Amino acid sequence: MTSSSLAALSDTLFSIAVALYSVAVIAFCAELAFGGKQAPARSRAFVGADGGPAGPGPAVPVGPIAPSTADHEPARARRVGEIAMAFTLLGALVHAGVLITRGVATGRLPWGNMYEFGTAVVLVAVVVYTVLALRTPALRHIGVFVLAPVVLSMVGIGLFLYASAGPLVAALRSSWLAVHVTSAILGFGIFFVSGIASVMYLVRATYEAKVAAGQRPLSRVVHRLPSAAALDRTAHRTAVFGFPIWTFAVIAGAIWAESAWGRFWGWDPKETWAFIAWVVYAAYLHARTTAGWRGRPSAWVNVVGLVVMIFNLLYVNIVSTGLHSYGGLG
Amino acid sequence: MTTTVERPAAPPTPPSRPSVGGQVRATLLRWWRQLTAMRTALVLLFLLAIAAIPGSLLPQRSLSQNQVAGYVTDHPTLAPILDRFYLFDVFSSPWFAAIYLLLFISLIGCVVPRAIEHGRAVLAQPPPAPRHLHRLPDHATEPSPLDLSGTLDVVEEELRVRRFRVARRAGRYGPEISAEKGFLKETGNVVFHLALLALLLGLAGGKLWGYEGSILVTEGSRFCNTFQQYDTYSTGALVDAADMTPLCVRLDQFSAEYEENLTAASFTADIDYGPAGSASRNTTIGVNDPLRVDGDRVYVTGHGFVPVFSVTFPDGTSFTDISAPFLPSDTATMASQGALKLPDIPGSDEQLALEGFFAPTGSIQGGVLTSIDPRPLDPQVALIVYRGYLGLDSGLPQSVYSVDQTQIDRGTLDRVGAANLSVGESATLEDGTVISFSGLKEFAAMQLSHDPGQIYVLGAAIAVLIGLLGMLLLRRERVFARAMPGTGSPGTVLSVGSLTRGSADTEPRFTALVDDVRRALERRAIAAPHRPAPSEENPSS
Repeated sequence: MTSSSLAALSDTLFSIAVALYSVAVIAFCAELAFGGKQAPARSRAFVGADGGPAGPGPAVPVGPIAPSTADHEPARARRVGEIAMAFTLLGALVHAGVLITRGVATGRLPWGNMYEFGTAVVLVAVVVYTVLALRTPALRHIGVFVLAPVVLSMVGIGLFLYASAGPLVAALRSSWLAVHVTSAILGFGIFFVSGIASVMYLVRATYEAKVAAGQRPLSRVVHRLPSAAALDRTAHRTAVFGFPIWTFAVIAGAIWAESAWGRFWGWDPKETWAFIAWVVYAAYLHARTTAGWRGRPSAWVNVVGLVVMIFNLLYVNIVSTGLHSYGGLG
Repeated sequence: MTTTVERPAAPPTPPSRPSVGGQVRATLLRWWRQLTAMRTALVLLFLLAIAAIPGSLLPQRSLSQNQVAGYVTDHPTLAPILDRFYLFDVFSSPWFAAIYLLLFISLIGCVVPRAIEHGRAVLAQPPPAPRHLHRLPDHATEPSPLDLSGTLDVVEEELRVRRFRVARRAGRYGPEISAEKGFLKETGNVVFHLALLALLLGLAGGKLWGYEGSILVTEGSRFCNTFQQYDTYSTGALVDAADMTPLCVRLDQFSAEYEENLTAASFTADIDYGPAGSASRNTTIGVNDPLRVDGDRVYVTGHGFVPVFSVTFPDGTSFTDISAPFLPSDTATMASQGALKLPDIPGSDEQLALEGFFAPTGSIQGGVLTSIDPRPLDPQVALIVYRGYLGLDSGLPQSVYSVDQTQIDRGTLDRVGAANLSVGESATLEDGTVISFSGLKEFAAMQLSHDPGQIYVLGAAIAVLIGLLGMLLLRRERVFARAMPGTGSPGTVLSVGSLTRGSADTEPRFTALVDDVRRALERRAIAAPHRPAPSEENPSS
């Protein structure tokens, strides 16, 4: 195929990936909806050996007709959840195809402008989430809260950040592109999932506090989420995985800057915001071992870190004019 | 008669107030403990992150003086206030330095005692086993067919196979084993934090002893590494002019290549370099590929065009091959602006200047010259000619690339002509002066940098990464085991407990250890079924 037809194929695959992820979002929503009735009060006190709420108390209505699985999820919901995972996987494959066809069409690594970078970051986030959800099925229940931002991000990327397939600018023609930008993409994608897990933790922790206080919160969706401890663990482990990768990305960027810009660190806006993100995630890892900062405060720090990463991508490349403005827009 | 008078007990004397010195010391100690607390480190980390924000949102002098000047012009009331608080020099400001210095003092105060403690732990034996092993997060109890010491022999062997450091004691509650491994995790922690400190020191050293200079070099000219020659330069506080490497660089040719869609593909500069006065070597440098020699690096940071003119005066004298670099204002099309100033004209007291707009590939649209292509396919220049007093010796600073507007405003500099010229064309002024656009050269913006600290910063950064990986990925484990006489025919009950830092899924590993111990106990019992009955006072170490 010619490079222009490959580039056109890449754009078509982008739309297909968005469509597949949207179907997955609907399926994840359905899984939450079919999952059962409202949470009984104090059910948290009777945690069974399998981690789910143990058998029905007198006031708890029995779930829908089909027999339940180990975590007391009705079979219909589990099937819909598996369909959702299948669509997510399929979407991720097509999404990878977007980048692969772009790369073949332009003859270079497909991260030379913000459109390609953002697309790659979202793909890494989806892959990380899929791996986690396959290993820990309870994490399927946060699928809609991961995939919905993914769909929104891709729509935003396609509408506002799109740049047609073309050659790299001279400054990016270096083998450091494969090292620095790849690790930045991996780190960002991993932190994306970590941030969403922290947001879900905050929601669930509020819910669990209410249940422990004896209230009967009405939310049935939050009842279906994994436990706050599991969400906190997920957020922490992904952050621990992503932090060395981000550290490496910043160091590799500095080494590249020394060859390209004349100095390894000059407080260029991109460098500064990468540094700010690093400091915030370092604070997150410290906070989790500091008395008084465990639980919700450190989850907020993680959320701040994700906001900083997104700001780093969007503001610095679009608005400020530093050395790192390889947005490719206009 | 004697009466005993009961005297009330004397009130207790209040404790004496500590001396002033003692009070001061206590206060300092309290402040020190606050500073090195983890909570303070968290607050300082957040402050550091917040403090960096204005440095990225506001224009900074270290990045672009022009942008700062533009901001000051746009915000005449706000800008001086911001300047007062060093908000245009955030990263060299005293308050930013205060934050990271406090953070580093806190870091040192926290890490050094921990490093000493860790050093002691590495050299010492594992601590004695706690009394209640069943209170450890992972614990198990196994009946053992062997006697007390035989059981512990098996446990010790299994632990040593897993590379634990094992100590065996005759504890208060029975013979026991303490085992420990994973010291590299804490070593990684210490290395990470100390490497951060080394990084800061390397940065500081580089700033103090480093220098950097920039200069526009036209094809055919050269520059040498002395402060006077640079257009702009910055230097550390401890740099002496005599320390600068005697290096000279001559630009032979600059070439820029473009793709079909006019994206820049490469910029290369052929240069000769060498110590001043001696034979020079030839090389090509480009983007991402600087010259590295003797600790100095020479970069190509920009480029542009140098239109060449010749001016013939009415009395017959002429200046040929006069040129001035025109600075690009748009890197996509290389549309450039500049000025050529002629302060000494034969036969006149007045001075002449050509100010204009240059397009490498020009196209005149609506009477205005614009550039449509960055390659020099059809170079055109739009000139305005001024005659009068340029103000070069007036004491007021003016840009090299434009004519001083104040002189025009005062009426001492008059506009005497304008022309759009292609290469080879000329324009004649009213008094007969002929100005012709005779040719084109290119210039490269070159930068020479010297940073003696950067190799140490790189080493420290790599150490940071290695320490970080060790700290986050390794496990620190302690395993304790105690053998007690049990009831029934298996003579011994083995109690095992484990404590792990840095890993969430400790259960599978602990279960595997206990399974291995059980199998080894069974194998040993089968191998030596006629061991004598266990004796409580069996010495075990």
